[in-house]
Amino acid sequence: MNPTRLAPRLTLGACALLASTALASAETLTIATVNNGDMIRMQGYTDDFTAKTGHEVEWVTLEENVLRQRVTTDISTKGGAFDIMTIGMYETPIWGANGWLVPLDDLSAEYDVDDILPAMRDGLSHDGTLYAAPFYGESSMVMYRTDLVEAAGMTMPEAPTWDQIAELARAMTDRENEINGICLRGKAGWGEGGAFITVTANSFGARWFDENWRAQFDQPEWANALNFFVDLMADAGPPGYATNGFNENLSLFQQGKCGMWIDATVAASFVTNPNDSTVADKVGFALAPDTGLGKRSNWLWAWALAIPAGTQKADAAKQFIEWATSKEYIELVASKEGWANVPPGARTSLYENPEYQKVPFAQKTLESIKAADPTNPTVMPVPYVGIQFVAIPEFAGIATEVSQEFSAVYAGQQTVDEALAKAQALTTDAMEAAGY
Amino acid sequence: MARAVTTQRKTINTVAAWVIGLLIFFPILWTILTSFKTEAQAISDPPIFLFFDWTLENYSVVQERSDYMRFLWNSVILAGGSTLLGIIIAVPAAWSMAFVPSRRTKDILLWMLSTKMLPAVGVLYPIYLLFIQFGLLDTQLGLTLVLMLINLPIIVWMLYTYFKEIPGEILEASRMDGAGLREEILYVLTPMALPGIASTVLLNFILAWNEAFWTLNLTAAQAAPLTAFIASYSSPEGLFFAKLSAASTMAIAPILILGWFSQKQLVRGLTFGAVK
Amino acid sequence: MATQHSRSAARLMLAPAVILLLGWMLVPLTMTLFFSFKKYLPMRGDSMANGLDWVGFANYTRFVTSSSFWPSVQTTLVIVGGVLIITVVFGVLLAILLDQPMWGQGMVRIFVIAPFFVMPTVSALVWKNMFMDPVNGLLAHLWKFFGAAPVEWLSQASMPSLIMIVSWQWLPFATLILLTAIQSLDSEQLEAAEMDGAPALKRFWFIILPHLSRAITIVILIQTIFLLAIFAEIFVTTGGAFGTKTLSYLIFQRVLESQNVGLGSAGGVYAIILANIVALFLMRIVGKNLDA
Repeated sequence: MNPTRLAPRLTLGACALLASTALASAETLTIATVNNGDMIRMQGYTDDFTAKTGHEVEWVTLEENVLRQRVTTDISTKGGAFDIMTIGMYETPIWGANGWLVPLDDLSAEYDVDDILPAMRDGLSHDGTLYAAPFYGESSMVMYRTDLVEAAGMTMPEAPTWDQIAELARAMTDRENEINGICLRGKAGWGEGGAFITVTANSFGARWFDENWRAQFDQPEWANALNFFVDLMADAGPPGYATNGFNENLSLFQQGKCGMWIDATVAASFVTNPNDSTVADKVGFALAPDTGLGKRSNWLWAWALAIPAGTQKADAAKQFIEWATSKEYIELVASKEGWANVPPGARTSLYENPEYQKVPFAQKTLESIKAADPTNPTVMPVPYVGIQFVAIPEFAGIATEVSQEFSAVYAGQQTVDEALAKAQALTTDAMEAAGY
Repeated sequence: MARAVTTQRKTINTVAAWVIGLLIFFPILWTILTSFKTEAQAISDPPIFLFFDWTLENYSVVQERSDYMRFLWNSVILAGGSTLLGIIIAVPAAWSMAFVPSRRTKDILLWMLSTKMLPAVGVLYPIYLLFIQFGLLDTQLGLTLVLMLINLPIIVWMLYTYFKEIPGEILEASRMDGAGLREEILYVLTPMALPGIASTVLLNFILAWNEAFWTLNLTAAQAAPLTAFIASYSSPEGLFFAKLSAASTMAIAPILILGWFSQKQLVRGLTFGAVK
Repeated sequence: MATQHSRSAARLMLAPAVILLLGWMLVPLTMTLFFSFKKYLPMRGDSMANGLDWVGFANYTRFVTSSSFWPSVQTTLVIVGGVLIITVVFGVLLAILLDQPMWGQGMVRIFVIAPFFVMPTVSALVWKNMFMDPVNGLLAHLWKFFGAAPVEWLSQASMPSLIMIVSWQWLPFATLILLTAIQSLDSEQLEAAEMDGAPALKRFWFIILPHLSRAITIVILIQTIFLLAIFAEIFVTTGGAFGTKTLSYLIFQRVLESQNVGLGSAGGVYAIILANIVALFLMRIVGKNLDA
């Protein structure tokens, strides 16, 4: 049966329910969001929300770094400039613990909160209370060019090791034709290159802090991971990878200049979209690599919607969140733009949908998300939660500075040992300042 | 008397100036050109200069995504309002320092400039808290005040240097004719200082238009100007050079056109300031 | 001579500007000073309402003992100095060129002035992505065309790249001010010198340059103030990596990225001190030109 035919009936039900509460007063919601494709798409469907509830929406769309500084300033000063904020898995538990967010513990039955993928729900909760609803979620995985792997006379395992990845990457590299065996993030910033090197280090047995919150950059695991990464990128990476983040790598891959790319699972829908990608029909997927120590180098992240405590419009804001992260919204997008373009990684039901299972990257995305465990991210025990981040307020600042030191290594401006020594010193200093 | 110039020398001047001028202008030209390309053509190798399929697609995408007119309107209000307010406050101040100088005039001038030295990021929290306190967050009024205050020293300064160039004898003569202070300012001083005031207005309009820290951090949806508009186009997913170019062109076009028309005024006004 | 009456009128007219600026300076400054002696970690739940703990000079010592502090001061001075040198030198040369008779003078002037109308964010984005991108940037294509390996501008030549971007933005301002100054130069004096057989270089050194000294002073003073606070260009291009972290960027990292308002406020106080040292230094060198 065509699932799109189901959509109107479902939305009608939700509509009737919402309308009764909405009639009381029509509000105008101010929503701060990030300029990612799925959010931009959501803005196009705002009319659907307004038609159902009567509430208007004003969008404040900002680039990720600007958004983060903007909403953080506002929430920590109780500025009240926004009714809904788009935040991530890093902010949510910290802000929730501070009592800055409205708990999302009274969502309607139709919304079916138990349908949210457990990993996402855990990551967006504090002490078992959900504080932000995932709009989309992601892990990371290997995306590779099936034609180039074949041409090299090799195969990509379903669950490769880093050594296999490195061997493949070097074999596929063809400098003459501007084909780089592997494209990875090197850009400074905790959410960019910082996230990637952290998950890589996790798979090499490294960790940010030991059980006593002592920085661990002086341990051999970090040196191993960083040396491996730098050597691999020198042999098989693109020029200037020290400034490449998600978007730079995406465009390189779409132009056919990468043999493989290990990055966010959401990228799968972009690289397989024939409108933007020159290699759309030649992409295969595999789990993020490991080194046999028991942890894969994949992360877990969600962009989620949260309501700042103190807003006068909490009810309308909840209606919006229920609308934007609902099953009906997914069906709405699917009916208009196809299943490959729906916001992924948030709901179990999406992955049980036979239509969605036909999407080539659906299965690997789900497997990757399930393979990520924020409460147990590393080989050795750690006192923190979070895979590619450490869920403490100081982390963003520290990790940005640390990743700047690493990026300087990628650019050939200092050695691995120098960077690790500086990272150790500045992390220790910042942790002292924070009172650990 | 203009100097007699050989055609040859004029030709050399012309060629040199045009080459350099175009070189300096090229990044803007390239941005405008790229805004009419498709995303694929925007990164084509080798780059295409003129012979591509001109398209308006990027502009319609940008227009669809964000309410350009609203950002533009806010930019106009903020830049215009803060400049106007600044001029109203600065003209009397500059006049008094230029024509009735005291021992402390120079100190006051330098002190005014020094208020611009407080790094904006350092005072973000204080200002943000004050804005919340007075309900100024995301309002045109609040932003107008801030932009006026950060540019006020520059306005006073520029006006002061222009006023200073007006010969004192003229004012004295008018005083002897029995002109009061008001007449003196309105009928004698203002006409003479008009070019200077005009160029000050322009310069401050540009500075206020381009201010990107406060306009981004103190606004949400209501008062956000074009600097916030551009902040949503910096690094989305996928190819974006063409869309970024379109958004950039839209953000700078109004001020570029204004500058274009007022270029003569700008140069003449500033000339006046330097005349002895 | 000014009368007693006009003197008090003058004071009255000066008052609004002085009072406003005094308020604009004192209120944030007092709050910054206040925060700089406090432990203020908003993410850890510290807020004005809950009361902040007094920590004495801890923030001040921590800010200067950070390994990033002195490099950031150096970076700040290099950027300010570099941009000033480039804009003043090329500004003078351009101004002289643009003052010569030529065809299409108005048009060329617009071309030269145009970058000043571009928002810093836009210009940084355009330079970073469309020119300095090591794969798709125009400069990379140019380098490849001549058979050279593309330069990774923003990582391997980060400071020169940054200085270039900022200079591109401020060169028009310098040119404009200097051009207008040159136009007021007495052309008869120049002609006389030319007829006396004074070579071009001598004419430049003894007539043009002294005439421009006041304009140059203004350019340096105003630009320094803006350049010390430069932020958007770094935020967009390198995010403070590759040795481009200026003092104001370091403060940004402390206040917003690390969410340590107390520490950042202490940094703000240092920045004011640095700015005033630079200003005093400038006054010593060029200040006498202001009296003219």
